[in-house]
Amino acid sequence: MNLGTLLTSSLSDTLQVSLPLFRPELCLAATIVLLLLCRMLPVLRWVDSAWIALGGAAFAAAYAWADLRGLPGSPWSPVASGLSRQELFTGLLVFDAFTAYIRVLLAGFLLLYIPFTKITGIPGREEETDFHVLLLGAVLGMCLMASANHLLTVFMAVEMASVPSYAMAGFLKGRKASSEAALKYAVYGAGAAGIMLYGISLLAGVLGSCHLPTMAARLATVLAGGSTGGVTTALVLGGLMLAVGLSFKLSAVPFHFWCPDVFEGAAAEVGAFLSVASKAAAVALAVRLGCTLTAPPHADAAQLAALADARFYGAHLVGLLAALTCTLGNLAAYGQTNMKRMLAYSTIAHAGYLMIGVAAAIALGGVDRAASRDAVAAVAFYLGAYLFMNLAAFAIVALLRNTLRSEEIAAYSGLIQSSPGIVVAMGVVLVSLIGLPPLAGFTAKFLIFASVSQAIALGVEKPLMSVLLAVGGLNTVFSLVYYLRVLGVMIFGTPSTDRVNEPLPLVSLPGAFVTGLVAPVVVLGVFFAGLYACAQFAGGFAS
Amino acid sequence: MPDAANILQPAFWPLTLVLFLPAIVAAILSLPIIPRGRDEAVRWIALGTTAAVFVMSLWVCLPWLFGGQGPGQFETGRPEMQTVVKVPWIPAFGIEYLLGLDGISMPLVLLTTFLSVLAAAASWPITKHVKAYFVLFLLLETGMLGVFMGLDFFLFYVFWEVMLLPMYFLIGIWGGPRREYAAIKFFLYTLLGSVLMLIAILMLYFTSDLRALSAEQLLAAHVVSPSPALDAASRTAALEQIHGSPRPVHTFNLMALAEIGQLPNSPFAAARVWGWSLETLAFLLLLIGFVIKVPVVPVHTWLPEAHVEAPTPISMILAGVLLKLGGYGILRICYPICPGGGLALAWLVCGLGVVSMVYGAFAALAQKDFKRMVAYSSVSHMGYVMLGLGVWSAVAGTQYAWDAWAQGVNGAMFQMLAHGISSAGMFFMVGVLYDRVHHRNLEEFGGIFGRMPVYAGLAVTIFFAGLGLPGLCGFIGEVLVTLSSWKYSQTLAVISAFTVILTAAYILWAIQRVYLGAEYKGPHGDHLTPLTRRELAIAVPLVFLAILFGVAPQTIFRTVTPTVNRQVETLANWTRRVHDARPSDRAVAETAVGATAAGVASTGVSP
Repeated sequence: MNLGTLLTSSLSDTLQVSLPLFRPELCLAATIVLLLLCRMLPVLRWVDSAWIALGGAAFAAAYAWADLRGLPGSPWSPVASGLSRQELFTGLLVFDAFTAYIRVLLAGFLLLYIPFTKITGIPGREEETDFHVLLLGAVLGMCLMASANHLLTVFMAVEMASVPSYAMAGFLKGRKASSEAALKYAVYGAGAAGIMLYGISLLAGVLGSCHLPTMAARLATVLAGGSTGGVTTALVLGGLMLAVGLSFKLSAVPFHFWCPDVFEGAAAEVGAFLSVASKAAAVALAVRLGCTLTAPPHADAAQLAALADARFYGAHLVGLLAALTCTLGNLAAYGQTNMKRMLAYSTIAHAGYLMIGVAAAIALGGVDRAASRDAVAAVAFYLGAYLFMNLAAFAIVALLRNTLRSEEIAAYSGLIQSSPGIVVAMGVVLVSLIGLPPLAGFTAKFLIFASVSQAIALGVEKPLMSVLLAVGGLNTVFSLVYYLRVLGVMIFGTPSTDRVNEPLPLVSLPGAFVTGLVAPVVVLGVFFAGLYACAQFAGGFAS
Repeated sequence: MPDAANILQPAFWPLTLVLFLPAIVAAILSLPIIPRGRDEAVRWIALGTTAAVFVMSLWVCLPWLFGGQGPGQFETGRPEMQTVVKVPWIPAFGIEYLLGLDGISMPLVLLTTFLSVLAAAASWPITKHVKAYFVLFLLLETGMLGVFMGLDFFLFYVFWEVMLLPMYFLIGIWGGPRREYAAIKFFLYTLLGSVLMLIAILMLYFTSDLRALSAEQLLAAHVVSPSPALDAASRTAALEQIHGSPRPVHTFNLMALAEIGQLPNSPFAAARVWGWSLETLAFLLLLIGFVIKVPVVPVHTWLPEAHVEAPTPISMILAGVLLKLGGYGILRICYPICPGGGLALAWLVCGLGVVSMVYGAFAALAQKDFKRMVAYSSVSHMGYVMLGLGVWSAVAGTQYAWDAWAQGVNGAMFQMLAHGISSAGMFFMVGVLYDRVHHRNLEEFGGIFGRMPVYAGLAVTIFFAGLGLPGLCGFIGEVLVTLSSWKYSQTLAVISAFTVILTAAYILWAIQRVYLGAEYKGPHGDHLTPLTRRELAIAVPLVFLAILFGVAPQTIFRTVTPTVNRQVETLANWTRRVHDARPSDRAVAETAVGATAAGVASTGVSP
């Protein structure tokens, strides 16, 4: 094959296959360029950059949605089944149902998030453009995280998502805490990235490839051939280091230390971004790596059998981290007096629940494809429910900051007397975060626990799964107290007299926005069949 | 969304309205339609709603009051599940909106709707945030009714949890001085129990397999609707879809789970978790969840706190209905689905019952606070329920003595309903005094008979009903339970019989200290005014029912007994099968089969 044909074939692959399925990312990239141009041209300076960003996000969302609908086998597609997995850009990325689902989620997040920042007024008019550029850049990286199919893209996507986040954490320039948070975040991030890169080089060195399905196939060969001690050590270490990088993004214990400080120091808006979008992308990447490396699609029975050790290792590693994350997050949340810090620990705890689902998905992959699909579906559903729950929680915190000038829990004392509507909304969100029916948080937790129970019933990694089920259940009880305490302060407390409580009625633009976020939390708790069908479809990527 | 065929089910609208009317009114009330300050209007709307729900539930449950049996109405005397409503909800998990009534749930539904009317009427003295109070109150009613009506385990669990939050706020906002502590304690205990329950639910779900059931069993369990509205072809298709499935077909249907649990080769008995068979483990997890609600010693400590802090109407609901949820759960879920666990752990259930009985009575004897004393009397009385349910699994020696089990379970059911009346009445009577003199110290009462004769007469009747005086409702249940436990364990029977003396002691002593005596010397003596008409309207029906159930227990038994006897008989046959299957017990069983055959023939039951 000469250079010419190679170029032609790669050109046609790029233009005809890859780029059409890359439209949401292209929209985001184009919007970023447009926003930067606005900064330069005096004429465009009068245009509110939020509208440009929202327009770009809308296009991205529309394309992402069209991609999801159009996939064969989706709940809307007339084609029942067919080729739904496609490698893009010569295997660097992969487009399948899971990619499409997460991209819809991320684009949908942008559609909610940009109006949210507009309503709460941070960032201010001056810095708005910069903020939106960083935001869209980070989301672009997250879309790549969801579709990464190659360790190089994994690393690049993680960095692309992280670096803008560091800047966003430091966005309140005048505040010392904000700068400190940004610095802490950046230092931690750099360390984690270095470790992850080292892990990637170990894995790539042993397996001779960075392309995930190829790596899985070689891994099967290595494991089937009775690997020597050195190779096993390198593999185990490489996996561990990769997990460190991911744990940092997931804010999993023991790599969570940045999370409370960043959430407390940065604006609540940035906290919302980190806890929802960043988490969704990190979980998606964990699912992608875990499932593809231990039970690759189109693998034959011999390969799957050879990979049993890899699944055992992956499930136990993720499961152990999940149990630690869940428990420590919930216990540490008890002592918090700052609402954003408490929500940071709540975010950590929820990362733990999500990772329980990831552990179940890894353990079930290759043993029972349908059960594994359901476990991934549980995680995907959780991310959908979590989007509304946590965005609403942070939106309320931001709105209350604007009226109360405080983010301390004590400042919410007796809030029900001035703003009953917002307290009810907060109540719904917090109860949903506890995981009580009939709210979305319960459904999500139920689905995660269901997939773990299914693993127990099928006899897959029974001891680990039993422990995870018990840990998840007990943590639900632990979490009750600190969520209810916030609600208790709002309802049972007496309003302080030295401050005028500006009422925050539900019949207003911010109130309507909060209602719009809380309504899905209730609806998804009662009628979750629709979103679950989507999530199940997304979960089918590995089978 | 329910399609036309679902709405055409005769019981769909009656049951759905009974269940959701309180929640719908609560939602309407929470909208800013009624201006602030119109508390009286809110009270009447709430009372009217509970009354409407009560009348509708009467129409469903006791159609003879409305002139005869119609479709969608309950037919007393038939043992099986009736007025079934079945609408798909979450197809991916086979979760259904599945409601129904039988002889066990129907009286409890009536008790709930009845006590809700009385409690709404007893809520007039509430003056703080009236609208919010009644919104939560009505949501609570929907939750309680949903638990009694729901036949899908997921649905049951949702309603079980839905009750928690309104109760938390009702105690936490409108309660006494230590209300926040009491409310969170109630919430934590119950949530711990329900998380264990959720784990058991999931394990049972994923072990269940509908393919193991025959077509008749699937129809009887309403997995495939047996209603004549469904044509034969689609019924056959639905059955074939289950039996022809390549993968296990899991279910949340409580009736189907019971059928699976009682199969000769039940998957719940075969599955092992940590060396336990799943049916024993699930029984234990479910039992913990339910006994926290009952409550039994040692997980009862939330109850005295919650009762003392809760406002009077909420105490009435708590004692009258919420405690029954635990007993109902054990009867409806634990035993039929995990009979093996029930058989293995019968000693635990009976033991817990007797310990609660004795401990509750002694604790009640030691109380200085009137309301706390009544709360501990509930612990003691619910111990009888546990004992009555527990002897069910007992096989006395080699005898399959199902008539003794049936007696115990019937007694437990009766005790639950009687206690629902008498404890709600006792809490109301305490509340009447507290509203007037603002204290509950037993030492500072006395002479109420002289100041409020009508009230004292009604109150003493209710307290005698709680004591278990023959001729009043408390007697029947206690005596049936005590008698039935004789065959299981004579020690337990003797202890439970002696507890009656303790009960008499604390109740008579309380009556003496509060109602008798020369004159009232405590604080606020001048506020001891006679009962208002509203209070009379609440007290009289309770006293009337306490007497009615005491002199004519048949009013309850004619509904309860057919269902209970059928369930007990099924489980007796199950026990015989299990015994026969064990080689080591075969010699024993052979003699036993002969004895039971004779026994069964004499009681007219087909073996």
